[in-house]
Amino acid sequence: MTAALQISDLTISLGGNAILSGVNATIDEGEFIGVFGPNGAGKTTLVRCIIGTLPPTRGSIEVLGLPPGKSARQIGYMPQGHAGFDSTALSARALVEAACYGDQWGIPWTSKKSKQEVDRVLEVTDASHYAERPFSVLSGGERQRVILAQALLGDPRILVLDEPLASLDPKNQALLIECVARVKRLTQTTVLFVAHDMNPLMHVMDRVLYLAGGHGALGKVDDVVTSASLSKLYGFEIEVVRLENRVFVVSAEGNVTESECFHHDHD
Amino acid sequence: MIDTLSTYLGYDFVRNALMAGSLAALLGAVVGYFVIIRNVAFAAHALSHIGFAGAAAAALLGLYPLQGMLLFTIGAGAFMGISGDKLNRSDMAIGMVLSLSLGLGALFLSFYRGYAGEAQAILFGDILGVSFGQVVEMAVLSVLCFAGLAFFARRLLFASVQPDLAEARGLSLAGLAVAFMVILAIAVSLASQVVGVLLTFALVIAPAGIALRLCRTFWSGMIVSILLGLVVVWAGILLACLTDRPPTFWITALFFVLYLAVEGYVRFFTRADR
Ligand SMILES: Nc1ncnc2c1ncn2[C@@H]1O[C@H](COP(=O)(O)OP(=O)(O)OP(=O)(O)O)[C@@H](O)[C@H]1O
Ligand SMILES: [Mg+2]
Repeated sequence: MTAALQISDLTISLGGNAILSGVNATIDEGEFIGVFGPNGAGKTTLVRCIIGTLPPTRGSIEVLGLPPGKSARQIGYMPQGHAGFDSTALSARALVEAACYGDQWGIPWTSKKSKQEVDRVLEVTDASHYAERPFSVLSGGERQRVILAQALLGDPRILVLDEPLASLDPKNQALLIECVARVKRLTQTTVLFVAHDMNPLMHVMDRVLYLAGGHGALGKVDDVVTSASLSKLYGFEIEVVRLENRVFVVSAEGNVTESECFHHDHD
Repeated sequence: MIDTLSTYLGYDFVRNALMAGSLAALLGAVVGYFVIIRNVAFAAHALSHIGFAGAAAAALLGLYPLQGMLLFTIGAGAFMGISGDKLNRSDMAIGMVLSLSLGLGALFLSFYRGYAGEAQAILFGDILGVSFGQVVEMAVLSVLCFAGLAFFARRLLFASVQPDLAEARGLSLAGLAVAFMVILAIAVSLASQVVGVLLTFALVIAPAGIALRLCRTFWSGMIVSILLGLVVVWAGILLACLTDRPPTFWITALFFVLYLAVEGYVRFFTRADR
């Protein structure tokens, strides 16, 4: 069986700086991988490399056994942050329809087939009941679910989500995670889920990919998110504190590095 | 009034104006829709000013104004497409090019006689002076643009609405941007024939901008945009005949009134369900 994602000795330099160097990872089909790391660790950079919009400087990536870009139809992608549409009345459904079969040529008629597909993804993301409203009036959580719906069009085999939880409250975070977990359960989709706080994802993740200091560590939460392993990754002392089944990553000075309260330490 | 109107409709120059106006409005409404959702209104506006330099240079090169305009705008449009969104949405870069273009236009115009009349026609439009030959030219260009759009509209829409996902799904954002900017360049050049380069905003941005404030689906927005463009241009030309005031004034004034009405409607009446 080919791996969903095979990353070998991946090095990416941007503007002369090595953002990632020598990252290795093999991710199997149907795995739910949480991708973590401090701001600027290279999470988005890695994601862009996987979806084929950024060529690796050295090393290789294979997506379902193909070079990135050749497997475009198999990938669903949710970018970090997204465009506004604040001055238009276009409905959420219209935006999803626009993305449906969007890689075909011709005039954007909405065929019966594409209408069904749009209904399906709006259903999965629990967005049907507000899909007719203008996108511009939706709340952050509602918008995220519409963007997720777009990423789910065409039933991709790999779902790459770049910080879909950003600026969501705990309830909406849980809702979105539940949507993604449901999709994974139903279709055996491989999921790469970039986030900052791992606690809300604990029950759905199979493994974590932790990026820091230009390097990456892939494994079970209990193996990767430990003081020893993260200290090695960061290159300075890191303490992992467990509190009633919750995990907090703390730098030795006592600042919370990655946690629910979303306070990032750059130094 | 009906009598006066039917007398005017008997004149060739009025019929030509209506045909030219319809073509420019139709193309402007459709292309403008993508301008709004791609968020490149200012770049579109700048293209028309680049067209001014082109039209002014045309006389020096021995071309018709429309030819000079197409030459400059298509070149600039392709360049904008290649250089990507960062530049297309950079107010500073666009503003600088826009003002340089007007300066160049002034320079080129200073080389020939009849300076003021020529400048007036290019800047503010001369729809009532369009010949049947020009109408045919405009029709050919419109058909080319529509054929191009019909070919890749679906991809363009996807790339406009969700560029990152589109790129991940294998679409070439740069290729689409170049193709679109070339079509936009043609649309802007045609619109300048009607309302002049300074006011192409009215034909290329206004109908789609107003339609998108109201309509929630792609097709309803597109159809409303086209209807608005056509109706306003026809009304503007006929009002111009009746009042002997420039069509450019009437067209821009009608769009402004419509804009106010729609903004008012959106602000005061749709709040509740939003
Ligand atoms: N074009 C570029 N030239 C030089 N450096 C770049 C370029 N693009 C990104 N970088 C740098 O690469 C690093 C990694 O950026 P990236 O966006 O991948 O971080 P991230 O892990 O996604 O962070 P965040 O949590 O803030 O989203 C950053 O330090 C950024 O400044
Ligand atoms: Mg990022």
